[in-house]
Amino acid sequence: MGKRVAVVGYGQTYQRSSRKDVNGVELINEAVRVALADAELTIKDIDAIVIGNMDHFEGINYVDMWSAEGSGAVMKPVMKVTTGGTTGTSVAMCAYYHVASGMFDKVLAIGWEKNSESDTTGAIITAFHPVWERPNLGGAVAGLAIEASKYMHDYGATEKDGARVAVRERLHALNNPYAHLHQEWMKGIPPDQLVDLIVGSEQNQLLAYPLRMSDMCPRTDGAAAVIFAVEGKAEKIAPIPAWVQATANRHNFVYAGDVDMARNTTIAEASQAVFRKAGIKEPLKQIDVCELYLPYSYAGLKWIEDIGFCGYGEGPRLLWDGVTDMDGEMPINPSGGVMSSNAIGATALIRVGEGALQVMGRAGARQVNRKVNLAFCSGFGGCYWADIMLLGRKKPA
Amino acid sequence: MAKARRKARNVVYAGRIKVPYAWSVGATGSRFLTALRDDQEIWGVKCPKCKRVYVYPIKNCGECFVPTEQWVKVANVGTLESFTVVHYKHDMQPRKRPLIYGLVKLDGTDGALLHLIGGVEPAKIKLGMRMKAVFARQRAGSILDIQHFAPA
Ligand SMILES: [Zn+2]
Repeated sequence: MGKRVAVVGYGQTYQRSSRKDVNGVELINEAVRVALADAELTIKDIDAIVIGNMDHFEGINYVDMWSAEGSGAVMKPVMKVTTGGTTGTSVAMCAYYHVASGMFDKVLAIGWEKNSESDTTGAIITAFHPVWERPNLGGAVAGLAIEASKYMHDYGATEKDGARVAVRERLHALNNPYAHLHQEWMKGIPPDQLVDLIVGSEQNQLLAYPLRMSDMCPRTDGAAAVIFAVEGKAEKIAPIPAWVQATANRHNFVYAGDVDMARNTTIAEASQAVFRKAGIKEPLKQIDVCELYLPYSYAGLKWIEDIGFCGYGEGPRLLWDGVTDMDGEMPINPSGGVMSSNAIGATALIRVGEGALQVMGRAGARQVNRKVNLAFCSGFGGCYWADIMLLGRKKPA
Repeated sequence: MAKARRKARNVVYAGRIKVPYAWSVGATGSRFLTALRDDQEIWGVKCPKCKRVYVYPIKNCGECFVPTEQWVKVANVGTLESFTVVHYKHDMQPRKRPLIYGLVKLDGTDGALLHLIGGVEPAKIKLGMRMKAVFARQRAGSILDIQHFAPA
C-alpha cells in the first residue's frame, strides 16, 4: 500500500496565450516559486523533482536537464515523465509514488508548456503513428469530432448540449484569475441564453462537424507545480493537507481506429479502480467536486457517464439540471477547466492542484460552497489514456 | 547607461531544424501494404486466443499479449461508424478542405479504420452506411493506396 501522502502546496503561473517575456526555464521557475511559498518551504526542503511536458511542442528534449536551474533540480534527484495530455497527472502520480515508497519525504511535481512556441496541431500529429495514421489524418480536432459525432448519433445529443458544457466552463473561468480565457461578455447572462447565442453565432467557426471554435480548448503558455509530502511531515506543512485517497491509470490501443469510440473505456476503468480502492459506491453523491481534463465540450457529456456519475446518455440532463454548475450538487471544473486554459503539459497537474485547493478550502472566488471531503481529478491524453487522482480531507484507510 | 535601462522588445528566435526521419514499417506491416499495392486486397491478422481480426495488422494482440500470426483476407466493404467534415485549414491535412474523415468497420474485423471518405456529399452521409474501399490508381505501398472509402 505504501505510505500515506498528501498535497501540501500548489503554485501556477497566470495561464496566457503567449508569454514572450519568459523562456521555458523562467516560466517553470515562476510556478515552482509560487508552490514553495504556498507551502512555506524552500527548495532545500525538496528531496526530489518530477517534471514533464510534451517535448515536441517546444522542440527541446531533456527538460529535466536544461531546466535544472529553474526547477530547482541542481544536484537533486530529478525524473522526467511525458505521456501526452496526461503528462500533468502522470507527473503527479510519479511524485506520489516517490513519496509513498518511503524513499523521499517531499517531492515537487512540475508540469509546463509553451504552446506558443510551435504549431500545436502539427506537433500533436507527431504523436500519431507515422505509417498508419499520419498520411491520412491531420490533427486532434478531427479525431475528437468523430467521437462527438458518434455520441450525438448514439444518444441523440445536440449541438446545444455541447454548448452547455462550454458555457459552464467559461462562466466558471470568470472566477479564476489564473485562467487564460475570460469571456467577460458572458457575465450575468443565464446559461440557456448563452447556449443560444453561441450556437447561433456566425462568428463561431465550424472547425470539424460538429465542433465549433467554442467547443475547443485554447492553446496556452503556463506552468504548474504541486508539492507532495509524507504523513508525519504533511500535517506540519499544511493546515489541511489534501490526502491522496487513490490513483489509477489506464491505456488503450495505439491506432485511432481501434479506440472504442462508443464509450471512453479507459476513464471508465481507471475511475472504477479508484472508486474500489477508496470504497466509493455512489460517485455523484459522495464526491464533492471534480477537476476533469475535458479538452472539448462533448467530453463533458460522455465522459462523465463513463466515470459513473450518471447512466449512458444522461450526461446532457445532468448539465441542463445545473448539477455540475458552481452551486450544483457536484460542481465540475470550478477553475474553468481545460476549455479555459490548456498549457498541455501543465493542464492535468492543474487539475490536481485545483482539486487540492478545493479540499484545503483555499480556492478563493472559485471555492465551492461546501466543505470538500473528496475531489476527483482526471487527466486525458494520447489515444484515449486516462489518469485519475482522488484527493480528500481525511487520511486514507 | 540610458540605453541599458531601455525597455527591450521580447526577442523570438526562429528555429531551422528539419530532421528527415524514415520509419521502418516492419515485416508484418510491409506484407499488408504490399497486398494493398499489388493486389488491391486488404488483409488482417487474427489473434489465436481472442479471435479478434486486426486491420491494420499488429504483430502482437495487446489484449492477450500473444503473437497474432494468422493472416486472413478481409472484405473491402464495411459500415460507417462515425464521421466528421473538416473545415479548418492546416498544412498537414491530406486533402483540400472541406474533407471528410470516417470510422469504417470492415466486415469480419474488430476495430475500425479512421480514413478519408469520398464520392459523397457531406449532407448525404449517414451513420451505418455501407462503405467500400476505393483504391488509388497509382499505388506506392502506403495507406493512401486506399484513396478513400465511398458509399458501397
Ligand atoms: Zn487476442
